[in-house]
Amino acid sequence: MLKAVTFISDMMIPLVFVYIIFYGYSKRIDIYDSFTKGAKDGFFVVLNILPTMIGLMVAVGVLNASGFTELVTGLLKPIAQRIGYPAEAIPLTFMRLISSSASTGILLDIFKSCGPDSFTGRFVSVMMSCTETVFYTMSVYFMAAGITKTRYTLWGALAANLAGILASLWICSVIWG
Amino acid sequence: MLNYIWGGMIIIGMVTAAFTGRLPEVTNGAIESAKEAVTVSVTMLGVLSMWTGMMRIGEDAGLMKLLTKKLMPLLKWLFPRIPEGHEAMRHIAANFIANFLGLGWAATPPGLKAMEALKRLSRDGETASREMCMFMVINMSSLQLVSVNLLAYRVQYGSHNPSEIIGPGIFTTLISTAVSVIFVKLAEGREKKKC
Repeated sequence: MLKAVTFISDMMIPLVFVYIIFYGYSKRIDIYDSFTKGAKDGFFVVLNILPTMIGLMVAVGVLNASGFTELVTGLLKPIAQRIGYPAEAIPLTFMRLISSSASTGILLDIFKSCGPDSFTGRFVSVMMSCTETVFYTMSVYFMAAGITKTRYTLWGALAANLAGILASLWICSVIWG
Repeated sequence: MLNYIWGGMIIIGMVTAAFTGRLPEVTNGAIESAKEAVTVSVTMLGVLSMWTGMMRIGEDAGLMKLLTKKLMPLLKWLFPRIPEGHEAMRHIAANFIANFLGLGWAATPPGLKAMEALKRLSRDGETASREMCMFMVINMSSLQLVSVNLLAYRVQYGSHNPSEIIGPGIFTTLISTAVSVIFVKLAEGREKKKC
């Protein structure tokens, strides 16, 4: 199974690209024209999130330079070690459920201090890809529909995210541990 | 919410810095981080645009319609009470597909439309209907198969093999989504017994 997982990592992007190009040809569309149009959309997506990125990375930068991050990680270390969880990833895990951009700021900070190829760097990468900003999404979607009683949705979402986090820890320690 | 988180982060940082005597470093840190946000965004601009360009080819060639059709049997199993051909199903499919493909920002508009359509179907007033619960929990379990943003960040910070996390990411996403479906199905079953 491990081989299959590594294989998917290597093959996913090339396969998607080749598949999409052949699919486009088979439908006889001008694929290069479509690509450039789509790439332009990506441009605006990045431009739109740039202000939040700057704001939150500055906030994370301030927390770091002040020594606060060190302090919190130091306090969390004993607990983290007992459950085998990377201490640096604990604040990120909580922030991940609340805000996508704030968690991105913390994630980039972990990449900077530990490196993306360290165990912690790999773990947070996998963990970020299987979790979601639960609290933010819930408030936006339920507000749009005028729902105040959300029943078991919060517990369901938290259970799913917890399962993802534990699965990330497991698979990372199997592959890179 | 970010209103308080953001301000709180900066104030906590400043207060800590005052105690640890690191105020000059804080000024530096803030400026460096602002600069870094732009550097990261430039990398992201390239990688993300490459991805949205590719996805646009798929969209223009009718790949989304094909995926919607393939997804329908699964959606019928997840939402058995939505009438055949109801618009809610279409919006749910569009939301799930955009999420699968890592186009999160494109997933929100159909997602909100899906919630409004489900609201029209529901007779529960301000209480979330069974369909809403299913939709929301799956939506929040993370569906995306490849996170292009993550690849861009890993490239930016010098990873030797940025894509090595794709496989594990897909594996863990499958687990979190499976747990969300099982959770809601069990919760629905329990409610049926009560009635």
